[in-house]
Amino acid sequence: MDERLGAGSRWRIAAPMSVLTLLTIPIVVGYVWIVISTFSSRTYGLVPVDADGRFGGLTLKNWSFLWNDPIICKVVFNSFVLAVGLTIGVVLVSSMAAYALSRISFPGRKGFLGTTLVLHAFPSVTLLIAIYFVLRWLSPIPLIGRGLPVIGGFGYNTLGGVILVMLALQLPLGVWLMKGFFDNVSWDMERAALIDGCSRFRVWWQIMLPQIRPGIAALSIFSFISGWNEFLIPYTYITNQQGSTVAAYLNSLLGDTAPVNYSTVAAVGLFQLIPVLIFFIFTQEYLLSIFSGGAKGGA
Amino acid sequence: MIVTMEQLSKRFGDVIAVDEMDLQINDGEFVALLGPSGCGKTTTLLMLAGIYKPSAGNIRFGERVMNRVAPKDRNIGMVFQSYALCPHMTVFENITFPMRLKRVPAEQQKQRAQQVADMMGIGHLLDRKPGQLSGGQQQRVALGRALAKEPDVLLFDEPLSNLDARLRLTMRAEIKHLQRNLGITSIYVTHDQVEALTMADRIAVIKDGRLQAFCSPDELYNQPRTLFIAGFVGNPPMNFVDVAVERVDGVLHARAQDIDVVVSGERGAAAAGKGTVTLGIRPEDITLTDSGIAGEIYVLEPLGRDDLVDVRVGDTHIRALVNPGLGLTIGDNVQLAFDGDQVQFFDIQTEHSLLWR
Repeated sequence: MDERLGAGSRWRIAAPMSVLTLLTIPIVVGYVWIVISTFSSRTYGLVPVDADGRFGGLTLKNWSFLWNDPIICKVVFNSFVLAVGLTIGVVLVSSMAAYALSRISFPGRKGFLGTTLVLHAFPSVTLLIAIYFVLRWLSPIPLIGRGLPVIGGFGYNTLGGVILVMLALQLPLGVWLMKGFFDNVSWDMERAALIDGCSRFRVWWQIMLPQIRPGIAALSIFSFISGWNEFLIPYTYITNQQGSTVAAYLNSLLGDTAPVNYSTVAAVGLFQLIPVLIFFIFTQEYLLSIFSGGAKGGA
Repeated sequence: MIVTMEQLSKRFGDVIAVDEMDLQINDGEFVALLGPSGCGKTTTLLMLAGIYKPSAGNIRFGERVMNRVAPKDRNIGMVFQSYALCPHMTVFENITFPMRLKRVPAEQQKQRAQQVADMMGIGHLLDRKPGQLSGGQQQRVALGRALAKEPDVLLFDEPLSNLDARLRLTMRAEIKHLQRNLGITSIYVTHDQVEALTMADRIAVIKDGRLQAFCSPDELYNQPRTLFIAGFVGNPPMNFVDVAVERVDGVLHARAQDIDVVVSGERGAAAAGKGTVTLGIRPEDITLTDSGIAGEIYVLEPLGRDDLVDVRVGDTHIRALVNPGLGLTIGDNVQLAFDGDQVQFFDIQTEHSLLWR
C-alpha cells in the first residue's frame, strides 16, 4: 500500500517536472553557450572550435578586457556607486514614506497611493527627454549641480543625476512594498511605544524598522540589482566613457562600424552577471519574502 | 489620580464611536469598561491614552485637562491584548524601554526591572526574547513594563483575551491583587462580563458609544437599569417574556399565553396596569415544581454543577438552571416556577427598567 502510494506520487511529480525541464532547456542552453563562448575563439553550436573548424581553440583572450582595458576598473566602480547609491536612496525614502502612508492619516493619502502605482506603470522611456531638460537645469546649480565627490553631483552627465532619476523611477515599487510590510506590524506595538515616551521618528527607527528587516533586505537587494544592471538611463545621461557603467561599456562593444566580437561581449556580460549571481545565492530567501510579506499591502 | 471624562465624544467621519460620555473614576479605583465589540470602549481607552484626540468634551487627570497632552507626557501604563512587546528586544530591554526613554539612571532601571519582574514571577526570564515565552509569560512582561514606569494610571485593553481559560483565571486574580496592593487607578476594557464582574470596583456598561450604566458589579447584576444590561450581564443570560401584570384577588399575576406567574407585590406594583411589559428572570431564579408553567425540554446542557435546560413553553424558550441529579432528558415534560421576588420589569418601548432608575 505504502509502496504503491510512493510510486504514484513519484509519477505525479515526474510529469510536471519533465514539462518544466523541457521549457527550461532553451534558457539553460543560452547560459551554457555564454560560458563556453567566453573561453573559445569561435563556437559551432555549443562546441568550441578553432580557426579550421576543429574542436579546440580554447582561449582566455576574451577576458583580456579585465587586464588590458584600463577603463574597466572605472566603469565597475561607477556601476557599484550607482547600485549602492540607489539602494541607500530607495530604502531610506521608501521606508519613511511607506511608514507615513501606512500609519498616518492625512488628506490625499489614497490619491497619493493610487498615483504612485500609475507612475510605476508609466514607461520610463517616454520621460527621457523631459528628464534630460531637468538634469540640464540642475547642472549649473553650484555644488549640487556637479561639485560633489564620488557621485559627481546631481546634474547632467553625473552619476548622482542618474541615481536621482533611477531613484524616482524605483520609488513607487519601493513604497508599495514597504507599506505592505509596515501594514503587517501591529498597531498596538506602536501605541505602546508612543505611550512609553517615543517620538514618531523614534518609533519608526527603533520599533518599526527592526520589525520589517526582511523587507528592507529584500528591497535593498532588489534595488542593488536594478542599479547594477540598468542600461538605458546611465547610457542616456552619461556621455563620456570615464563616467559610464558596466552595462553602457558592454553596449560600446557592439559598435555600428567595427565588426563585433561576440565572445568578448559574452565575457563582459558574464562578468557583469557575477555580482548578481553571488547576491542571489546569499539572498534568495529574502527575495522570496517580497512576495510573501510585501504582497499583502492594501490601501 | 482622579480621571474624569466630561461629555467626551469621538467621531470618525460620520461614525460616532463615543457619544457624550460622562464618567468620574476615583483615585485608586478599578473600573471596567464593559460592552460588546465595536461599542466604543477601546476608543475611549485610546483617548485616555492620548492616541486618539477627542472630537468634543474633556479628559481630566486630576484637575488638568489632558485633551492635547501627548501620550508620553501622561504617565500612563498600558497593557494590550496582543502584548505589544518588541520581538527584537529581550524581556529586560522591553521592561526598561520606557525608563530608558525617560533617562532614568541605569542602576535604578536595573533595580526596578528586577523588582517588577520578581513581583510578576518572571525574574528568571529577563534575558529571553518575547518569542521564547508563553502567552501568559508575555502578558506578565507587558504588565511588568507598564508597572515599572510607575504610572499614575493603568490602562488595560482586553489583556486576557488571548490567554487560555485556565491562565485567564489566575491572571485575573493576580491583576486584581496587584491593583489593590499598588493602589494605581486602573481602567480595564473587556467584553467579558465575568472579568468585569469579578475584578472591577465599578463597571461602566457601554453600548453604541453611550454609557448605559456606571455602578458596582452587585448593583449591575441585581438592579439592571435597562433591558440591554439585563441581557448582557449574567451567564447564562436572563430570560425575557412579554407579559401583562394584573391584580387578581389582591395578588399580582404576570400573564402571557401559556404563562401565569405570581409576582411579589413590591416588584409587580411598578408594572401593574402598564399594559404589556417585558418580564426578565435569571435562569437561577427558576425552579422545577409539580404545578407551574408547563413546557417541554428542548435542549439540555450539563454544566457540571448545574444543568442548563432550555424549556419550550408555547412559542417561547425559557432557560433554567436545575439540579443535575434529577435525571432529565430532552423531550421530558416539566413544570417551571419563577421566583416572584427576583423578577425584573422593563418598559417595552423605552427598554428602561420599571423598578430601578
